[in-house]
Amino acid sequence: MVYIDTTKENDITTLKITGEVDASSSIQLDESLGAVVRQGDPKILIDCSGLNYISSAGLGVFMSYIDDIKTSNIKMTFFGLSEKVRSVFDILGLDQLLNIVTTKKEALSAINEA
Amino acid sequence: MKLNISVPCLKSNLQRIRTFVIDVLREQHLSEVEVHSMVLAVDEVCANLMIHSNHCSPNHSIEVRISLKNKEKVVFDIIDKGSGFDIRKYPEPDLQDIIHMKKKGGVGLMLVRRIMDEIDFINKEDYNIVRLTKFLHSIG
Repeated sequence: MVYIDTTKENDITTLKITGEVDASSSIQLDESLGAVVRQGDPKILIDCSGLNYISSAGLGVFMSYIDDIKTSNIKMTFFGLSEKVRSVFDILGLDQLLNIVTTKKEALSAINEA
Repeated sequence: MKLNISVPCLKSNLQRIRTFVIDVLREQHLSEVEVHSMVLAVDEVCANLMIHSNHCSPNHSIEVRISLKNKEKVVFDIIDKGSGFDIRKYPEPDLQDIIHMKKKGGVGLMLVRRIMDEIDFINKEDYNIVRLTKFLHSIG
């Protein structure tokens, strides 16, 4: 079960993911992230502080937007990953392809860089 | 302790399988990251078998059995009666290809291969076993 809250403050859109993203629930992540990317929101923060579990289905959702995000000049930064969730990104080397930082403060400064 | 679970092939049951694996591994004094990675590998195989070999049919079931061998290794047997999918023969896709094709799947078995030490596929007359082995000394 996953809950995704989308909030918008100034030009920054935050997706807060709470719960577990697996083959059963990844569709919700896809719908929420897809909507934000299609709107062309220029700065997206992914708040993973409530994310307890992610399987390949969830990683696949993020991977499927990497090209769109680049071509639309969208900045996307992840923060708040627990060690176990972070390890899943690292196993595949996604830490090299996605911008992942530790705290919200770091995420905000990364996303606001010129 | 109960060391097996059997559930209908519905993706909504993946969470029950994960909870079962966590409960069994929690007794083994492993770190949270170690437990989590094995849970992930089992989840990925179960999701693949439910979707590709059993077409998410609630009339089909999938069973996970866990054997702990002298604290040296953990063996997960994932048993189903589906169409039989030898995951060892699945070619490893290129990460960049998956990104460019905007596919939303394809990295699950890559995770399984990187987490587990051995992957076997055993084809019996009327059921299949995917056997995942993790040597505990190799963790870390």
